[in-house]
Amino acid sequence: MNLNFKTLQSNWFHYSSPATFYPLAGKLLPRFAVAALVLVLFALYWGFTQTPDQLGGTNPQKEYYRIIYIHVAAAWMSMWLYLMLALWSMIGLIFNTRLSFMMAQAIAPTGAIFTFLALWTGAFWGRTSWGTYWDWDPRLTSELILFFLYIGYLALHSAIDETRRADRASALLALVGLVMVPVIYWSINCPDPNQCAALHQRSAPSQIDGNILLAMLAMVFGFWMYSFAATLARLRTLILVREVDSEWLQEWLQ
Amino acid sequence: MLTVVWCILERDLKLALRRRTDVLTTLFFFIIVVSLFPLGVGSEQALLRQLGPGVVWVAALLASMLALERLFAADHEDGTLEQMLLTREPLPLLVIAKVLAHWLLTGLPLVLIAPLVALQYHLPAIAALAMMVALLLGTPILSLIGAIGAALTLGLRGGGILLSLLILPLYIPVLIYGAGAVTVSMIAWADTQPYFLLLGAFLLLALIFAPLAAAAALRIALE
Repeated sequence: MNLNFKTLQSNWFHYSSPATFYPLAGKLLPRFAVAALVLVLFALYWGFTQTPDQLGGTNPQKEYYRIIYIHVAAAWMSMWLYLMLALWSMIGLIFNTRLSFMMAQAIAPTGAIFTFLALWTGAFWGRTSWGTYWDWDPRLTSELILFFLYIGYLALHSAIDETRRADRASALLALVGLVMVPVIYWSINCPDPNQCAALHQRSAPSQIDGNILLAMLAMVFGFWMYSFAATLARLRTLILVREVDSEWLQEWLQ
Repeated sequence: MLTVVWCILERDLKLALRRRTDVLTTLFFFIIVVSLFPLGVGSEQALLRQLGPGVVWVAALLASMLALERLFAADHEDGTLEQMLLTREPLPLLVIAKVLAHWLLTGLPLVLIAPLVALQYHLPAIAALAMMVALLLGTPILSLIGAIGAALTLGLRGGGILLSLLILPLYIPVLIYGAGAVTVSMIAWADTQPYFLLLGAFLLLALIFAPLAAAAALRIALE
């Protein structure tokens, strides 16, 4: 049993060293990039040609609803990537592995970009359907705060010169942010505790038109693959920068 | 264990009272910010009454944040902080003592000056009372959460402005319920109870978790 666990452990951690992960990332990167391109192109094609030109319901929305294909996917990715950022930060703090911190640092800019994209496309959608670019709606506000958290992480990381301290300090910040996010979200969603009903409408996936759902999910997976590709590309650069003095990298480069 | 809390508390208070300007600066910053708003938005009574609670809380957030920079900085410069890390006493406890001293010097004055600010904004007496209670519960949370940020940015260039970026988003729940309590108190005092209960719950949670996080951040900063 003990032996099995050890072999499992050694396999599990095999790619946790920059030296072994660097070539693996190089192999995976083009695959994710191609998958992202195919999925995003498919989702755009399907979303723009195979879906109804009007969204029904009590408040019919015309062509501009197609922003949904980018907006919703970007918003989902922005939240998912923050979870991943916090997860890798936690793993880094617990196991003290360099690669985990690099992974967290590589994820952050992509997450910030998706958050900004969600806010930006949301503003255009809001302008056409609500008549305003911005409203202090709970979802909008919490997305804005998520953007601040990403910016805070990136700012703290770049303000500290010493890599080890920068990694650990910003990892701790990411975890504090993770704990605070539900509290912030809930307090924005329920500013008056005397009457706290659900303020925003919920939409069940079963109520969405099949073609719209297909295009939306394809876009989500496309963005997800893009996140993998972008993170791995950034990670490879980070490994090159940080490990420049190491033996394996010198051998690799020769 | 409590001796060390008392020691740090007494020392920090004594040091601060010998340099009184530091304490007074925070207080006057708060008063000036609050006094600027009527000049900017106009001095109509109904408008000020509506803006008052939010403005006071935003000013309190900013004042508490500006003072945070000094929470660990002086001890970091003269090496006291490193000695504190080396003692056998639990570091979170020392952090609590430092935060408590910091709150007594920067948070408590804001609570005491609140009625004066309420007068500036034509708030009724009941709202002034609500503001005092809300600030009493809320400002310690600001100091506690702020301690994490102060520890993370310890000794960095441009630490102060960075600190605001890290900490202000985390202050949002306190701002919402603190300002909400004051606004609601002008309509019905009984409805303020959930706000105070929530602020109290936040305070308890912050009291448990913030010193741990701040202690971890201090160890990272001084590794």
